[in-house]
Amino acid sequence: MQDQPTPVELINAVAEFLRADVAPQLSGHAAFKLRVGLNALDLVVRQLTHEASGDAAEIERLSKLLGTSGSLDDLNRLLSARIASGEMGFQTPGLTEHVWQTTMDKLAIDQPNYASYKRERDGS
Amino acid sequence: MTIESAIKTGIACWFPGATGIDRLAQLSGGASQETWSFDVLHPSGNIAVILRRAPSGYGAAPGRAAGLEAEAVLMQQACEAGIPSPRVRYVLRGEDSLGSGFIMDRVEGETIPRKILRDAEFANARNMLASQLGTVIAGIHALEKSRLPKLRLMTVAGELDDLAAEYKSFDWPRPVFDLALRWLHDNAPAPADSVTLVHGDFRHGNLIIGPEGIRAVLDWELAHFGDPMEDLGWICVNSWRFGEIDKPVGGLGSREDLFAAYEAAAGRAVDVPRVMFWETLGTLRWGIMCCGMMQRFRAGPDYSMERAMIGRRASETEIDLLRLLAPRRRA
Repeated sequence: MQDQPTPVELINAVAEFLRADVAPQLSGHAAFKLRVGLNALDLVVRQLTHEASGDAAEIERLSKLLGTSGSLDDLNRLLSARIASGEMGFQTPGLTEHVWQTTMDKLAIDQPNYASYKRERDGS
Repeated sequence: MTIESAIKTGIACWFPGATGIDRLAQLSGGASQETWSFDVLHPSGNIAVILRRAPSGYGAAPGRAAGLEAEAVLMQQACEAGIPSPRVRYVLRGEDSLGSGFIMDRVEGETIPRKILRDAEFANARNMLASQLGTVIAGIHALEKSRLPKLRLMTVAGELDDLAAEYKSFDWPRPVFDLALRWLHDNAPAPADSVTLVHGDFRHGNLIIGPEGIRAVLDWELAHFGDPMEDLGWICVNSWRFGEIDKPVGGLGSREDLFAAYEAAAGRAVDVPRVMFWETLGTLRWGIMCCGMMQRFRAGPDYSMERAMIGRRASETEIDLLRLLAPRRRA
């Protein structure tokens, strides 16, 4: 078992320093790059926080959908292949719900401020 | 020879009477293409210009690109046809030691989407732009083919093959992309009745906007011959709405306004299902381009955070593809 603080706590501490102390000292391209960097750190924190539960649920859905077990990578490759071959598609029961849920879980980590995502999440 | 000395050496020849240059600055640059800005010092008034160039060794157009010489001809033809377009001042030659490229007038204005979509000074322009863009696209499609450079012909089948091959090369499963490719195959329209010049990248970032509306169409790098409906679909891809998702035309206005203006100017009916097909294809294409940025980030040498983070925007196109192809029903 690794000691504390956790990776999330460490990244948040660094991000807070960059945001509060470094950002005000920068301008122009360097300020832009720092914003991109902070966005990346925030994304990593979201992933570290939510990835495990999302992946577990995705594996469960994929196993049921495909009728087999395997790693997340294996199962996604199999689903891709079956869609590409025409064996599975939007007409397959449960597939649409699965890809929607998986995509929502990705957006929650990648780009939670993306307008399409917010519209779907809030149902408004 | 540095860029600066090469420009200084050539300037009096390119702009007769010019005495030098000032305010040389690089605006953007990748491995293959650079954009520079400078002022030509001239006794009868300085001239603000832009240099687009591909350094020697990068001149050969990789894959899809029309090439800078072709771009120069296209912009000149567009300008002469009354399409908002900067005047091309000079096309580089071998003896200029600057690679391939051209010099054009610098058009002042805004290209940053968030400013165009939100700032008060563009409020008036926003009301007109969906129509204006329809008119401008019609003008591009009307350019006389016999006067244009040799460009590739894009077909739906060829484009789908290219997209599928590129997606496959990433070796990373994305079931939503597979669903989209499948849908596009199953719903591919018959070959277009009319084949025209297609700008190929008509969207925010490549349009200079002023408070009175569109001032210039830039970046003809992806121009080709093909289905004119492609440009109308691409400008409606959700990725170019920058949050204004209920205004399909670049976050500015409605499809109806775009189509009405296009039909009035082009004298050609808009085939709406065909435009929707291209919008869907365009959404997938942008997603695959995002994945490509990630690949280049990994492969180097352009190791950059921005590229890496664009890789994490591919999922934006997945949700947009699902909204197009499998919209969720709500009570």
